[in-house]
Formats: sequence, structure tokens, C-alpha cells
Amino acid sequence: MSTLEIRGLKVSVETEQGAVEILKGVDLTIKSGETHAIMGPNGSGKSTLAYSIAGHPKYTITSGTVTLDGADVLEMTVDERAKAGLFLAMQYPVEVPGVSVSNFLRTAATALRGEAPKLREWVGEVRAAMESLKMDPSFAQRNVNEGFSGGEKKRHEIMQLELLKPKFAILDETDSGLDVDALRIVSEGVVRAKDASQCGVLLITHYTRILRYIKPDFVHVFANGRIVEEGGPELADKLEANGYAEYVTA
Amino acid sequence: MTTLQSNILENHTPTGREEAWRFTPLKRLGGMHDGTATPAERNSLAVKGALPTGATFAHQEIIAVTQTDDAIVNRIREFTTKGAVLTIAANAEISEPIFLNRTSFGTDTAEFSRVLIKAGNHSKSVVVLENTGDTHLAEDLEIVVEPGAHLTLIALQEWGSKTIHAARHHAIVDRDATFKSIVVTVGGDLVRLLPTVDFISPGASCDLSGVYFATAGQFFEHRMFVDHKVPNAKSRVNYKGALAGDKAHTVWIGDVFIRAAAEGTDTYELNRNLLLSDGARADSVPNLEIETGEIVGAGHASTTGRFDDEQLFYLMSRGINMDDARRLVVRGFFNEIVSEIGIAEIQERIMARIDDELAKAGK
Repeated sequence: MSTLEIRGLKVSVETEQGAVEILKGVDLTIKSGETHAIMGPNGSGKSTLAYSIAGHPKYTITSGTVTLDGADVLEMTVDERAKAGLFLAMQYPVEVPGVSVSNFLRTAATALRGEAPKLREWVGEVRAAMESLKMDPSFAQRNVNEGFSGGEKKRHEIMQLELLKPKFAILDETDSGLDVDALRIVSEGVVRAKDASQCGVLLITHYTRILRYIKPDFVHVFANGRIVEEGGPELADKLEANGYAEYVTA
Repeated sequence: MTTLQSNILENHTPTGREEAWRFTPLKRLGGMHDGTATPAERNSLAVKGALPTGATFAHQEIIAVTQTDDAIVNRIREFTTKGAVLTIAANAEISEPIFLNRTSFGTDTAEFSRVLIKAGNHSKSVVVLENTGDTHLAEDLEIVVEPGAHLTLIALQEWGSKTIHAARHHAIVDRDATFKSIVVTVGGDLVRLLPTVDFISPGASCDLSGVYFATAGQFFEHRMFVDHKVPNAKSRVNYKGALAGDKAHTVWIGDVFIRAAAEGTDTYELNRNLLLSDGARADSVPNLEIETGEIVGAGHASTTGRFDDEQLFYLMSRGINMDDARRLVVRGFFNEIVSEIGIAEIQERIMARIDDELAKAGK
């Protein structure tokens, strides 16, 4: 059983007008096997929370703590966070020209497992992950995210989630831009990964439709840089009916 | 006089003020340009392994097939009328690459070397020039690609740190012939290469690619000139370079001339540079001169940038450490061209050398 604990997290970014505070004190605790949905309007700071936990250099932590089983995540480099068990499925995965998916995945697995996976087993693992996400085998030879459609990028992110087996997966708007079929395939991948490894899931989304496939244990409403309401799955139904209007009025 | 025509130097010792010499540190040329070098005819170029059927190689008299105003090439031609000649017989289709290896004999004298590669009518071949060790080398390499022939020339500059190498690769490409050149420059103190293509008949095409990686103190110059003087010829130029370390300096010049007669020309040239540290300098000058509007296309692009933080973040967020992430990005950057070599052993060797250069450069 692992615990990811966020306490009083305040984060700012540099802009031309100086530092702007985006996160204004976030408290959140996620345990293995739990699924937490963070829902909120655009610009509320949901993605900033995801990237701050992963260690993107653009964000400055001004106060607060993030710990994983007591270890100080904020002191770790980006790759150390991944090795500690954090995974971020990105909303806009980055193109890496000239680096094949196959090479990238094997390099990542080698880094995270501490040794190169045995070739035969690895090929089988990758093939199974690709088949279950309904990806063409030729995908492995393409360059990372280069020329991928929106749906392909998201499948690729979730394939990594299945292969890299983190303790905690943060999914940043994985549902955005997906049609119904792709949403179902990607969601099934998340559920499969969670069932297999009992990882904790932090699901960041604007819409409730992904929650039909990935059932949250907890729902947190995010507005103006902090969590403003928390509840169970029923809170999502309320958001579905009423939208975010009551949270964004100043 | 136009910029391109001003590249045509009068046959004198360059002063550094000429367009063709303005980037080159003349003092570091070992006197090969001004007559102060001690020239030697070393015949250092030899066939490595067995020569396949359809190819012959000899040291013999050479009658120049190209005109030039390059000061160094003219000094070579004044010094010797002999050189190495590789001939691919007409209609020969040679599947195995032909390896020509240059043994270096140190830097006490300068090797003044003439080379002629002749690809006969409708022949198909791949020639690999391997350059290693430390030497001073002035090289006049002429290439004749006869009608319908397909020649791939892979020129590898894997020199040691003391080498001074000035070379002109001048290809004459005839009707429906294809010349493909892949240049790799990853070693040497100073390397100045002039890949030059003359299309002499319609339907000819060339594909000039290159990669270079300069570290502290190294100067690598790649200066192309593609002369479209006949209709319906096609040229592609794609060079990629990385620089790391203090006073690493690269120069890429892409001169493409589309003369009035060259209707139906299709040309595109691209140079991309990756600056991996402060104190390095990449000059990149695409130069397109067009005398006719009746063309298929003509374009160029040049970019110089640093590591993309988003790429590094993405890779590191998957557990890959900073050094490995940088290595992946640099390998990926060069892969587009290195993978074109098509000889696995050489591709792996070049990538390993690139890894070494990157490691040497540190952070």
C-alpha cells in the first residue's frame, strides 16, 4: 500500500508580468487502488497540479509538500519521480523526432526496472499492450508522437501506463479529443492497468463522460487553484447536471 | 556581379575577403591554400577488402573533367597529374558497397590528392570513403555519373583531432542519372568540404545529405553549390549539425543556382543545427538564385536551436535520466540522415562516435 500526499501546495509560473500564482494551497491524499477524479473548468489549475507533481521546470513550488510514502517528491529530479513510481499521461504528448516508439519504450522500461527487459518477454509484452489498445504493429517503428493523430497519442500514453506499471498514474485530460470508440479503448486500458497493479489513479478531466468507464472513488471539484468541493461519485452526477457555474462566480 | 557568381574565385591565394573564404580560418589551413605547405603525393587511398566484379581501381594519370577556381584544387592540379581512379563498368549493378580507405601518414607534409570516381552508363553502386587518423589532406575529388547511372557516395570524416582536410567533391551528373551523397564529419581540427553538383543533361537528380558534430575548437565547413543549368533536374540538400563546447564553429552554405535554361527545376535545401552549449557558433546561409520562373519548386529552410526542454521533460518523466535523454534526442536528430547510409555497421559506428562527442562535450 502506497500513499501520495499533497499538502498546502502553492505553485506559480513566471509570466511577462511577473510570477503568477496558479495553485493556491492544494491538499489531496491518494492511496493505492483508489481512483480520484479532479474536475473543474478550464484555467482552474488542474494541469498545473499534474505537471507540478511530475516536476516540469516551468512551475515553481512556492510552498507545500508532495510525498510518496514519506519520500519528498519535490526534491527529486523528473526521472527520479518516475523511478519512485509516478507517471503522467500528458494532454499534449511531445514529439521526439528520430526516436522510435520501440526504442523509447525499451529505454524507459530499462531505466525504470533497473535492467534491460529480456528481449523475448519484452517483445511479447509490447505486442500484448498494443493489441489490447487496438494499435497497428507498425506503430512501434514510428517516431515518438510524430505525426500521431490525437487518438494515437493518447493510446500511446496509456500503453506506457500499462508497460511501465507506476504506483500512481496522473491522467491529464486523457479523454480530451477522443471519439467514443477511442475513449472506450483508452479507458479500458486505464482500468486494466489499475486492476493489474493496484496503482492509484488521479484522473483530471473537464467532462464527466470518461467517468462512465473509469469509476471514481472520490470526486474533487477544482476551481481557482484549489479544491472547492469533495465527494463521492454522486458529485460527478451533480456536475453533469449543473456544470461548474456555481464554482466560478467570484 | 551576383552573389553566386562571386563565389567563382580568381585563381589567386585567398585573402579571406572572398565570399567563398569568408568563414574559413585561413591560418589553420596548414598552408594548403597559399603554397607554404610541403605537398606530398602519398597515394594513400586504397581499396579495403576485395573489389567486386564490375569495379576497377588504379593510380594513374587523370585528365580533369571539371573546371574550378578553387585555390586549393588548383594547387593540387599544379602539383600532380596523377591520382586514384575508381571505375564502375557500364551496366554493372554492384550490391555490395565498395570501400575506399585513406591511411593517414601524419602531419609533417600535406597530401595533395586527386581522385576520380566514374559511374558508367546505367551502373548502380555505393562507394564508401573512410577517412581516419591524423593528416593534412588537400583533395580534388571528381565524380562522373554517366547517363542513367545511380551512384551513392558516402564520405566519412572520422578524423583524429589534428587533421586539416580541405576537399572539393565535384559531381557531373548526366541525363537521368542520380547522385546521392552522404557526408559525415565528426573529427578533425579543420574540415572544409565543397560538395558541388553540375547537372549537364535533363532528368538528372542529386540528393546531398550530411551530418556534422563539432566540439570545442573544431571548425567544420560544408559549402554546397548545385548548378541547375539544364531543364527538369531535381536537387535535394539536407544537412544537420550539432555543436558543443567553446569555439566549436560550423559553417553550412547552400548555394543553388537555377539558370534561365533550367525550366522544370525542382529543388529544396534544408540545414538544421542543434546548439548544445554556449560558446559555439553555427553559421547557416541558404542561397537560392533563380533566373527562370518556369520551375516545379524551389525552397530552402534553415534553423538553429537548442535542446527542446519539452522533449527532455517527456523522456525524463518516463524515468530516463538527463544524459540518456539528451543522447536519445541527439541520436534522433541525426537518425534521419544516418539511417540513409544503409550499412548497419557504419551507422552504429557513427552513432557511437556521436555519443562520444556528446559525452566529451559534457553538459
